[in-house]
Amino acid sequence: MDEPLTKLTLANGLQVLLKEVHTSPIISQWIWYRVGSRDEVPGLTGASHWVEHLMFKGTPEFPLGVIDRSISREGGYLNALTFLDWTSYFETLPADKIDFALRLEADRMFNCIFDPNEVSSERNVVISERQGSENEPLFRLSEEVQSAAFRVHPYHHEVIGDLTDLYSIQRDDLYHHYRNYYIPNNAVLSIAGDFETHAMLDRVRELYEPLPAGPQPSRLLRTEPSQAGERRVSVEGPGKTVFLQISYRAPKADDPDFFALNLLDSLLTGPPNLNMFGGGVTNKTSRLYKALVEKELAVGINGGVQATIDPYLYTIVITVHPKHTTSECIVAIEDEIKQLQDAPPPIEELERAMKQARAIFAYGSESISNLGFWLGYAEMFATAEWFTTYLDTLATVTPADIQRMAQTCLRPQNRTLGVYLPITPER
Amino acid sequence: MTLHSLPGPDDIVRKELPNGIVVLTRLNLSSLSVVVTGYLSAGAIFEADDKLGLAGFTALALMRGTAQHSFQQIYDRLESNGASLGLDGGTHSISFYGHALVEDLDLLVGTLAESIRQPVFPTDQVERLRDQLLSGLAIRAQDTSEMASLAFDKLVYAGHPYSRPEDGYPETIRAIDREDMAVFHQRHFGPKGMVISIVGGVEADRAMDVVTRFLGDWENPNQPDQPDLPPVKQLSDLITRQVEIPGKSEADIIMGTVGPPRRSPDFLTASLGNNILGQFGMYGRIGESVRERSGLAYHASSSLSGGIGPGPWLFIAGVAPKNLEKVIELMRQEIAHFISEQVTNDELADSQANYIGRLPLSLESNGGVASALLNLERFSLGLDYYLRYPHLVHAITPQSILEVAQKYLHPDRLAIATAGTFETER
Repeated sequence: MDEPLTKLTLANGLQVLLKEVHTSPIISQWIWYRVGSRDEVPGLTGASHWVEHLMFKGTPEFPLGVIDRSISREGGYLNALTFLDWTSYFETLPADKIDFALRLEADRMFNCIFDPNEVSSERNVVISERQGSENEPLFRLSEEVQSAAFRVHPYHHEVIGDLTDLYSIQRDDLYHHYRNYYIPNNAVLSIAGDFETHAMLDRVRELYEPLPAGPQPSRLLRTEPSQAGERRVSVEGPGKTVFLQISYRAPKADDPDFFALNLLDSLLTGPPNLNMFGGGVTNKTSRLYKALVEKELAVGINGGVQATIDPYLYTIVITVHPKHTTSECIVAIEDEIKQLQDAPPPIEELERAMKQARAIFAYGSESISNLGFWLGYAEMFATAEWFTTYLDTLATVTPADIQRMAQTCLRPQNRTLGVYLPITPER
Repeated sequence: MTLHSLPGPDDIVRKELPNGIVVLTRLNLSSLSVVVTGYLSAGAIFEADDKLGLAGFTALALMRGTAQHSFQQIYDRLESNGASLGLDGGTHSISFYGHALVEDLDLLVGTLAESIRQPVFPTDQVERLRDQLLSGLAIRAQDTSEMASLAFDKLVYAGHPYSRPEDGYPETIRAIDREDMAVFHQRHFGPKGMVISIVGGVEADRAMDVVTRFLGDWENPNQPDQPDLPPVKQLSDLITRQVEIPGKSEADIIMGTVGPPRRSPDFLTASLGNNILGQFGMYGRIGESVRERSGLAYHASSSLSGGIGPGPWLFIAGVAPKNLEKVIELMRQEIAHFISEQVTNDELADSQANYIGRLPLSLESNGGVASALLNLERFSLGLDYYLRYPHLVHAITPQSILEVAQKYLHPDRLAIATAGTFETER
């Protein structure tokens, strides 16, 4: 992390972030578009994710099949991610092979074909992906909690979209979505790895500066009203295991309270793993593990808060012990939260959480793909400096901040509570 | 400046302690952290049929309390320092993996040594862990992929230890008591066959010193050798098993046969051939046929996992139940094509480039290098293996792939396991 971060905006509005790292002969390129499931209206849910699939179906210069095969041939890997707020594509390659990826992303920002046959075939693939997720109780539960937690804001629906829309969306809907959002002034390019900044910047300018800016797409702005009472949902499905999900409305990522909530989460459910690539730390000494798993009310617990543009959710998921009930788990969780509401945590507990955060940060910093990911990711909801100063900002959180977050964010009135109830399906 | 190079005899330090523990280290000067990983020769292969899951249960119980520290004390020391350590049971071995900041190497190795040498299996912790394992098995029973995989192993490895699930069944987990664990630990845990790989910002001398201090005096004169594996009966036709799991949107297919062990001279050729068949690009020929051309599945691929013994050669897909037969047929067609015609020179060149080109990525992290060092030892590949590797890959030809494919694969001699909801229309 010794080399400085180079950050600039090209004339066409493309934001560029370059970070030299010379620990491995590898370069990781990430391109981020400011479009995600939050930009979809009913009838078009899942469009951002489906467009992501179609970005691999070829351009005149990189025909169908060439993208995956070329990256594989060079010993690299690639993938794409669609989230609530953004869509991202990345390639990590041996350093001397990165030019293919640079040319590819510049080309497919504008030139994807969206062949109707490919759109049709991919409809089945996306539906299959959704049905695979539906096999998982925690997907079903999470989808219900999410939709109950957001009545107005488009965070209401799952990224993969509703099945009815996946059947009805047409090729032109998707192409319009692509053309509307895939422009340089709506994108961030982050590259980390074994390169020389001036040479890389020259190549980026050569490939991207000819691309024209487009009308800046507006984003859906439907503010979720504050929550005035607890919401409860239940989902029935096959199985023998009861799951409990508690999701509290949480501050957005660039709110200073987001950092306090992260440390609060660390105390309650264990240190959050910030890394897309890189190790984490177990949570067996966290307050809720001790209160639920050690007391045999639950067999597993985890939690976490997503970094988002608008306020989203802080979620705790519990696998309920077969000999106990969700009500007992809720009481135990509320008892633990009440302790933090009544008194700030000892400073030693915060110092411990800070050491955990520093260790996890160090693990993640050793992966070039992870660095490329974080620089661009942070720009999606704040700025790259949000990431580079993360530990410093976290260190400013006080025990009183933790207590205040427990008092405000973790009130029952601010939560949506979901239960997965196993049933034997009727035959 | 690039600091990275492929691991080889010049920068891997290998030492065998007098008690038989093999230590492998490689320094990564740029790293603030260290990975400690390895295995002990004490896996599910030593279990009785009525105690399946004993090795895994024992492995998970090791850190639940030792002669020196309680469960909470063990994890408090690790987690307070941002370190992590876990142990798990496999077929042939108990594996461990941990990471920490470099200043905490002693803590990591010390905790490992304490856990594997002096566990006390506290009754309350064992019972708590049992409940967790039983919940895990209840979740497994609802997982279409896991249940198809269990059914596949029973078909292909009938009468062989590989037919048995490493995590057991609810009734065998219930049948295991703490005394079973204590006896299993006493008999099977020891330095013989133990390998530790330490990679990160730690000099070899320091790594060797730490291992010697914590594990150098460990002995177990009664520790048995790994048992010989019986032969696997070859399939003579198509055999199928369908596992009904109500209420599922998608079904999983796991079909295939037995492939070569990792030490077999056929392995690398089979592995490269498999890359063409079901991995390269977006899942090779299988992915092209099932996903790209037919749009029948989100995921369709093949895999070959050579281990100590003959691992499976698998063909995998997740599909809507109505498309099950179509996808099975498409995958069988690809197998038939694969054993009847040589792969093209372009296909071979692509996969050769992939195998060689991906080495820097797989060896970027401390964990990646540490795992690679373990493979060198486990499969007797030699410390110069990664230096020889490009030559080995380039020596593979279309003809050698065809010969190996014909030796192991046939579209009419497959086990086909499926799991999902088949009896009711969704």
